[in-house]
Amino acid sequence: MEAKTETGAGTPRAAQRRPSATLQRRFVPWVPFARGLRDLWQGWRDYRELWISTGWYDIRKRYRRSLLGPFWITISLGAFIAGLSFIYMPLVGGNAENYLPYLAFGFVAWQLISNLVIESSNVFIANGPIIQQLRAPLSIYIYQMVWRHLIILAHNSLIYVAVAVFTGLWPSWQTLLVVPGLILVCINGISLGMLLGTLCARFRDIPPIIATITQMMFLLTPILWHADQLPRRGMLVAFNPFYYLLEVIRGPLLGQAPSLLVWSVATGITLIGFIVALGFFSRFRDRVVYWL
Amino acid sequence: MASVHLANVTVNFPIYDARSRSLKRRAMSVVTRGRVRSDPTGRISDAGHRVLVRALDGVDLTIEHGTRIGLVGRNGVGKSTLLRVIAGIYVPEAGQVAVTGKIASLLGGSLGIDPELSGRENIELRGLYLGLSKAEIRERLEDVIDFTELGPFIDMPFRAYSAGMRARLDFAISTAIAAEILLIDEGLGAGDASFIDKANERLEKLAERAGIVIVASHSEPLLRKTCARAAFTEAGRVLAIGSVDEVLERYNASLAA
Repeated sequence: MEAKTETGAGTPRAAQRRPSATLQRRFVPWVPFARGLRDLWQGWRDYRELWISTGWYDIRKRYRRSLLGPFWITISLGAFIAGLSFIYMPLVGGNAENYLPYLAFGFVAWQLISNLVIESSNVFIANGPIIQQLRAPLSIYIYQMVWRHLIILAHNSLIYVAVAVFTGLWPSWQTLLVVPGLILVCINGISLGMLLGTLCARFRDIPPIIATITQMMFLLTPILWHADQLPRRGMLVAFNPFYYLLEVIRGPLLGQAPSLLVWSVATGITLIGFIVALGFFSRFRDRVVYWL
Repeated sequence: MASVHLANVTVNFPIYDARSRSLKRRAMSVVTRGRVRSDPTGRISDAGHRVLVRALDGVDLTIEHGTRIGLVGRNGVGKSTLLRVIAGIYVPEAGQVAVTGKIASLLGGSLGIDPELSGRENIELRGLYLGLSKAEIRERLEDVIDFTELGPFIDMPFRAYSAGMRARLDFAISTAIAAEILLIDEGLGAGDASFIDKANERLEKLAERAGIVIVASHSEPLLRKTCARAAFTEAGRVLAIGSVDEVLERYNASLAA
């Protein structure tokens, strides 16, 4: 009987019966993640009203005294896409029906992804004064950031409507796949917040490094160009995590279901990224306030 | 029943300057090994790549339900840090912290205040940060606005407020929630005499309802009025706990020395 209990010590069920002091010494797989998970869960359960509001305030205050408000984001993005397509369409050799939606939806998706990466590195630094005054889960600042970008994306969906009407591209069942695509990207946003937010609070050289790399990735990721146009640069696509996360949003918007490979890689990146970020966040979460 | 129990709590603040915060400096310090320097009080050390300030040094403190205690000591002895450890903001490097009871804190600073938002929106925002739901905030909103006496200014952006108006708003929101443990850092900020009276009265009511009140202050009248007991703090330690009069006497003697 005694021996039987010993062999079962690694499983959570057996561990539960033991006093907590013993529990910490034994290796139980979820213990390294407990702190981060608790933070994520409390932020979600108890503070949802807060970060939903602060996400809106972030946008409202930026455009407080302007007439068009947050639609300025959409207008400037639309103008940029129009300018890019005007120059790149002849260069890449596409026509308006194909190239314009490809570029427009790719760029809208890129805006979401790249802003999540860049703002993740500042997520705790920017909220430093609050973190130093308030005991609250740190995840609320991450949720707030992701939520803010979803609101911006909702404004940018006007671009989707405009391009779809202009090129006669009507939504199909495949378009609905954008929902799981967005969920994957949002989970990555949370992971990035946990990982980069924590790391950058400590090392202040990392945010500019991240910003530089992200800027470069805009050119190296197939947004302006098609993946099959540069066969000799296939590596840029195959080993580029941005490509897969972009594709799970752009593909459905173009009415194409992304391939199984794209879905598997995107899901894999999301899972591994989340586990690594959660482990890191669990380890250093309590130190963040000292670094601000 | 509220209770606060600290055992051997030590808090070190790493102080990074622009250079030591960087990766390069970190990489360099591995190669060069940091020199160790220390100050006469032994609270500052240079451990390799960073300077450490010992803010709390093995603090043992037990506060039972029904206690109102003042923290007395010079600037920089760790009073605010102690309050923040009790509030759960700083998790200490060593030692145990066990706090039971809902905490409300007036730690100074403008938590969550956004100068671009109106006074009304700021009340809502602060309420959310303090853990109230939107429905609870709606219930209290009119009371809080009445208390601020800001009238039509409540719908103007916060940046348009004077210092006194800001202090009123700040105080009115922070004291809108009931708590079992009340933490106060320093007294009140700006505000005219009539508001200070009103604020003190409100603080008094709040303190009566709370199980534990901890006040860090240099104001003797505030300490005598609010607290029965006091803790004398110096160099990151709680040296003695006694009646307010005893502790203030000892504190004043230490200032004269």
